[in-house]
Parts: sequence; structure tokens; C-alpha cells
Amino acid sequence: MKYLDEYRDEKIARQIVAELARRATRPWVLMEICGGQTHTLVRYGIDEMLPAGIEMIHGPGCPVCVTSLETIDKAIEIASRPGVTLISYGDMLRVPGSHTDLFHVKANGGDVRIVYSPSEALKFARANHSRQVVFFAVGFETTAPANAMAVWQACREGLTNFSMLASHVLVPPAIRALLSSPRNRVQGFVGPGHVCTVMGYREYEELIRDFHIPIVVGGFEPLDLLEAILMLVVQLEEGRAEVENQYVRSVTCEGNLLAQRVLAEVFEVCDRKWRGIGGIPESGLRLREGYADFDADRIFGTEGVTAEEPAECISAEVLQGLKKPTDCSAFGTRCTPENPLGAPMVSSEGACAAYYRYRRHDVALTQIR
Amino acid sequence: MCLAIPGKVLTSEVHNGIRIGRVQFGGITRETCLDFVPEAAVGDYVIVHVGFAISRVDREEAERSYRVLESMGLLQGELESELESSPPER
Repeated sequence: MKYLDEYRDEKIARQIVAELARRATRPWVLMEICGGQTHTLVRYGIDEMLPAGIEMIHGPGCPVCVTSLETIDKAIEIASRPGVTLISYGDMLRVPGSHTDLFHVKANGGDVRIVYSPSEALKFARANHSRQVVFFAVGFETTAPANAMAVWQACREGLTNFSMLASHVLVPPAIRALLSSPRNRVQGFVGPGHVCTVMGYREYEELIRDFHIPIVVGGFEPLDLLEAILMLVVQLEEGRAEVENQYVRSVTCEGNLLAQRVLAEVFEVCDRKWRGIGGIPESGLRLREGYADFDADRIFGTEGVTAEEPAECISAEVLQGLKKPTDCSAFGTRCTPENPLGAPMVSSEGACAAYYRYRRHDVALTQIR
Repeated sequence: MCLAIPGKVLTSEVHNGIRIGRVQFGGITRETCLDFVPEAAVGDYVIVHVGFAISRVDREEAERSYRVLESMGLLQGELESELESSPPER
């Protein structure tokens, strides 16, 4: 496929790695923020191709993984009510809540459906007036405009049976939280290419001023990531800290202004709790007061639901890049994608699930030896 | 979740005030909202996420940046053939 296959050329990849080896004079610790980038790194073994000393740690950019336990519990409670159809992106169904998951709600007769696009949820609401249709809206800035558009359309059409359980998260406040931690090891970030396609990269300049750390907005194919890593290492070796854009075929400095406008019309910034990380100020999006009639949290009275996260898995450390999935004693045994203990084992973009899919045999071999 | 892939715009029509197109990804086509990319025309490539195009692929930028990558690969190829044709140093 055009704009995909040519970015997987092995010969060019090896040349970039050779250039990295020439440029790097000391070890560097880098983080890719986005779970899609983690998936590519692990799938193609890019992190293992890198010259010794260049370490990639995996960031918290998997919305399925960071959606708070109480939000999952809210979705489960709403989905369990009669007359409700809860519609979600597929991965959310297997995320463990405090006592059960959405998949079990569905198995027990709840009407839980999976869609590829929020437009499909809207279509279902239009065609089924007797059902209260709730769209479970998670995601980063990439997904927020699409979800905002669904609410905006529902409002315009005067739909009274469509609402949204909105739990959006934002990337820059998460980077700020990671860099502010005394345990931070990250010296440079591969920025999230699709988040920046929507938002542009002006807001990352503030992070650079405050923390003097390079950020290179990167794409999602192997050559994109290798080039972004090379650009980061060159900056670090030269003592520079700037925002650079590797993913020029999709990202501009200003981003997509129309998508930003719809997002700002429907959502406003709020404090948000991240699973495994805790509360981060101004790191989420919620529906604006003007769209309160579409806020499932208010309609179903679930605003007071709270939950304590269990301590059985190390996902908190994995999401902050402090530990690798394979450092967990439950990895691949008591915790698998079929029976996940923590959210990073659920989504294909979760670091644990990516390691399970592409690395578990390596782990098994090490254990046998 | 932030997975978004490039596809080719095959059609473009307005339904209920929303611009919808059929976009082709390899062998499959999907209905896609084109409202965020008014600059994208039939024949253009767009990056699509959850049924919404979020950017038009900038063909010139893509070609320019790919040439940089490609030149690295070519360099490697030349280096290898040079090494193969010259006798090893002792």
C-alpha cells in the first residue's frame, strides 16, 4: 500500500542504524509516547536493532491502558441497565473493571456493541429510538475530534437517545508529569504523529523551554521511527533541544484547525485520573456545559463512582517506562491477553500485549535456559 | 487507538451537510468523513482514523523526505558493492 510499504525497506533501515552507531558517542534513553509506535517497535524488532546504549522505553500512549478503573466501572454500570445499548471501540470490552468487564456484561445479556467509528454509534441511535445509546468515548487528541463530531451532530439533529461517556486524555500534560517525576530517565521523546496531525506541535515548545529536552514528532512505520530516533540522537549529541517534525507527510506546525475547532466546541480541558499513574492536572477532555444533555455521566448519575486500583500488576511502572513488561512475574502466565490482570495486556498497543505477541517465546527460552 | 492509515479518496459526496467519501485501503474501501480535510479531492491520499480523515498526505513533502531516506539506502548499497569488489585488507 502506498505510503506504508516503502517505509518498511530493510536496507534503508540498516543504513539508519549504521548512521545511529556513528553518531552516538554515549548511551541515550528515549521514549516513544504513542502505543501505536510501541507496537511497530516491538513488531519489527526495531528496539533490538538499535546500537547498544540507545534504549527505548515505552510511554503511556495507549488510551485503553490509561482509562481509569472508575471510568471502566461506570461503563459497566451503565451497560448493565435495561434499555441501554453501550457502544465502544473493541479493545475496551476486555479491560478489567473492579469486579467484571464489559465482555461479561455482554455475555450476561447486556447490549454491548463494538464499532469502528463513532458515526456508526450515531447511526444506531437514529435507527433505534427505543434504546438509550451510550458511546464510550476514550482516546487521545487524535480521536477526540471524531467523537466531538458525533455529539455535535446528535445535538444538531435533536437526538434525545444518544449520549457519551467521555474520558479523553491529552499527551502534553502526560509528558510534563513524566518529566517532573524524580524517577524520570527519559532524555528525548518520539512525539505522537497522529495526535500532532490534529493538534500540531506548538504546545510541545513549552515543554522544551521548561525541561530542555528534544522532541521529534514521528510517524508509525519502521523507517519513520528509525529516522525520528536518529534525529533525536543528533540533537542530543549536539546539545540541542528542539521540536522537530519527522512525519512531514501528515503533520504541520498548526495541525488540523477544523478538527481542533470541533473539538473545542464540544469538549473542555479538565483534570483526569490515569490508570496506573494517578491524577494529572488538566490532562483530560470532558463535555462542555452546553452539551450536558449528552453527558452519560450526568444522565445515569454515575458521577460519584470511585474505585481503588488493585496492586497485583506492575502496569503503573510499565506505563511510566520504569519497567519492561517482561519484568513482571505474571507476564505470559497469570496475565495474558485472554485473561489480563492489567490494561496494558489488553490493547494491541499496550506494551504488555505487544511483548506477549512478539516476544513471549524469547522469554520462555530464557526461562528454560 | 491512534492507529490511522493512508487511503486513496475514490468518491466525495455531501450527505446531511457532512462530506462523505469512499476511501480505498489496499483491497478494501470504507466510508469516511472528509469534513476535516476540505482540501482533499478525489485521487488524493488521506490519513484516516476511526472513520474520519484527519489529514491529506502532502505528496511533495512525502517525496522529498522519502528521497532523503532512499539516499541513505543507496549509499549503503554502494558501500556494500564496493566492499564486495575490493580485496579484503589484511
